[in-house]
Amino acid sequence: MDFAAFCATSRVVIVAGKGGVGKTTATATFAVAAARAGLSVLIVEVEGKSGLTAAFGLEPLTYDEIDLAPNIRARTLTPDEALVDYLEDHGMRRVARRLASTGVLDVTATAVPGMRDILVLGKIKQLEQARAADLILVDAPAAGHAVSFLMSPAGLLDAVSMGPIRKQAEDVVAMLRDPARAQVMLVTLPEETPVNELVDTAYALEDRVGIQLGPVVVNACIAAPPDESSVPVDAPDLDALRAAIAFTTERHRLAQSQINRLAERLALPQIHLPLLSSVAVGRTEIDTLADAFTAEVEAW
Amino acid sequence: MVSAIEGLVDDRAVVICCGTGGVGKTTTAAAIALEAARRGRRACVVTIDPARRLANALGLDALSDTPSEISAALWDPHHRSTGSLAALMLDPKRTFDGLVTRYAADDEQANRILQNRFYRNISGALGGTQEYMAMEKLHELHTEGGFDIVVVDTPPTRHALDFVDAPQRLLRLFDNRLFRIMMMPTRASMRVAGVALQTLLRTMSRVVGREVVDDVIAFFRAFEGMEAGFRERAAHVQALIADPETAFVLVTTPRRDAVDEADYFARRLVELSLDVDALIVNRVHPSFTDVAPAELTARAIGPAEPAYRLLIDLESVATREQAEVARVLERVPGTPMATVPLLASDVHDLASLGHIGEHLFAGPSVD
Repeated sequence: MDFAAFCATSRVVIVAGKGGVGKTTATATFAVAAARAGLSVLIVEVEGKSGLTAAFGLEPLTYDEIDLAPNIRARTLTPDEALVDYLEDHGMRRVARRLASTGVLDVTATAVPGMRDILVLGKIKQLEQARAADLILVDAPAAGHAVSFLMSPAGLLDAVSMGPIRKQAEDVVAMLRDPARAQVMLVTLPEETPVNELVDTAYALEDRVGIQLGPVVVNACIAAPPDESSVPVDAPDLDALRAAIAFTTERHRLAQSQINRLAERLALPQIHLPLLSSVAVGRTEIDTLADAFTAEVEAW
Repeated sequence: MVSAIEGLVDDRAVVICCGTGGVGKTTTAAAIALEAARRGRRACVVTIDPARRLANALGLDALSDTPSEISAALWDPHHRSTGSLAALMLDPKRTFDGLVTRYAADDEQANRILQNRFYRNISGALGGTQEYMAMEKLHELHTEGGFDIVVVDTPPTRHALDFVDAPQRLLRLFDNRLFRIMMMPTRASMRVAGVALQTLLRTMSRVVGREVVDDVIAFFRAFEGMEAGFRERAAHVQALIADPETAFVLVTTPRRDAVDEADYFARRLVELSLDVDALIVNRVHPSFTDVAPAELTARAIGPAEPAYRLLIDLESVATREQAEVARVLERVPGTPMATVPLLASDVHDLASLGHIGEHLFAGPSVD
């Protein structure tokens, strides 16, 4: 598949996955790959610090956009700021700041299920409508929460029968259900528990949110080790070499069996990103992963 | 002679496992409880969000607010222990309902609250509720559950250590000036509620609709009189967290992002005058040789080169992991540490939990 066409499938891609599976890495990788393909990318972080900027050697994100790399901008979205924006946009500028600072948002947000999520999703919708970038990548909250995050607009429609916030929820639902506007890209590791949770999340998103599911990114796929027979029996470190090969063979086998299991249980295309031996992800690693990401998609 | 981590299992009444998501907190908590049971204590593990197969292994097929006993035949087949093992998967909403019922003056008041829509949202979704309820459940099991040791797994929250001040956050809700006014009987509130409040309430109504505001007001009226009970309870929970009988176990993996989080947790605990009593590092890569990397690189020629490259890669991972672990240890010098190697498969039965325990409890010994 042509990579630029792939990147243009949906204007908003929500990257979701269980904590620790490399969601932020996948987001950064997709961003770099898409930017290389000529798209302008905006990364939106919705749950505090994620280490995204650290990979690019920058300070943590703020509500104001920053340039992360050529063609890649990034920002955070917090419910408080989104509420102030929202009120200002709806002619309530005068009370907006006070509403946030007096804790009324706390009360309101508590009174209305998913209010915070709606404010954030509403702002994302606004960015999408304003064509803030060719591709908006949302680094979503961790897995279980991702489902409630995306379900919040539908939940709110049940709870609130009138008012502008209801309209906001309706607009967000419309965006989430339109594959040309939004899809979810799930991220996992080739391990048993992350695979199980990914499958559960996928079904929940499809059934309860009705959002299009894009490809699954499988992070940290271990490469097959060299064959043990390639090691001459008189090699000085024979035992260590054999042990390293045996260890990697077993890990590779397990990863493959999980990848196969995922394919059996979930009929979605997979993008396999290689396991890197570095302890931390920096710009070099992201570039390597972006190469792999692009190559995987182009091979479809 | 027992290892320092064994000491925790033998002596403490409460063990709180904290760390970021995906580092094996739940498994660690379960392994600690299992070991305590094997050593003759009545143990209970409270988990937040266990992986399904581990939940099944622990006999947890549904959320619950009461612990379920795990048959000794499963974890002590040779009847060597006089201890017991129970587990429960936290249901924050039911725990909250239980609190309301406990502090309500009568059933009528309890029902009025339990059926209020605002309450239902608080109990299900208020930021920090899950954390607070985990601590609340911990307190309840500790004081009334008949257990010698309660091990709790904390929610995989980004907002590290929310659980420590979760009781306070709930109380802050009641301390809000707006709430206090709302909680006054109607007449008084009309008098006190100035123009400013009226404006804010009107704005809220304009954004979310009048009925939501009415729900909120109704909730606070219904809640009248229960606040003191909640406040007192929160103070008890807070005291338990700081009690010397309570141990904090910091769980991490040797990856940089996890270590950064662990380092943050450690720093915050120190700020809160809470000690990290043990550090557990899961998923550690093995090292296969003592030969120096430069030497290995020199030998990486000929047909064995690919195998050498693999070995060099694995060794460099192991070395860098050790450096990461050293970084957390620096933050909490002298803290007993146990490492668990990267395992070939996931932990999903009591036998493999026991296997984890062997690594946890075979650490360096102290007198």
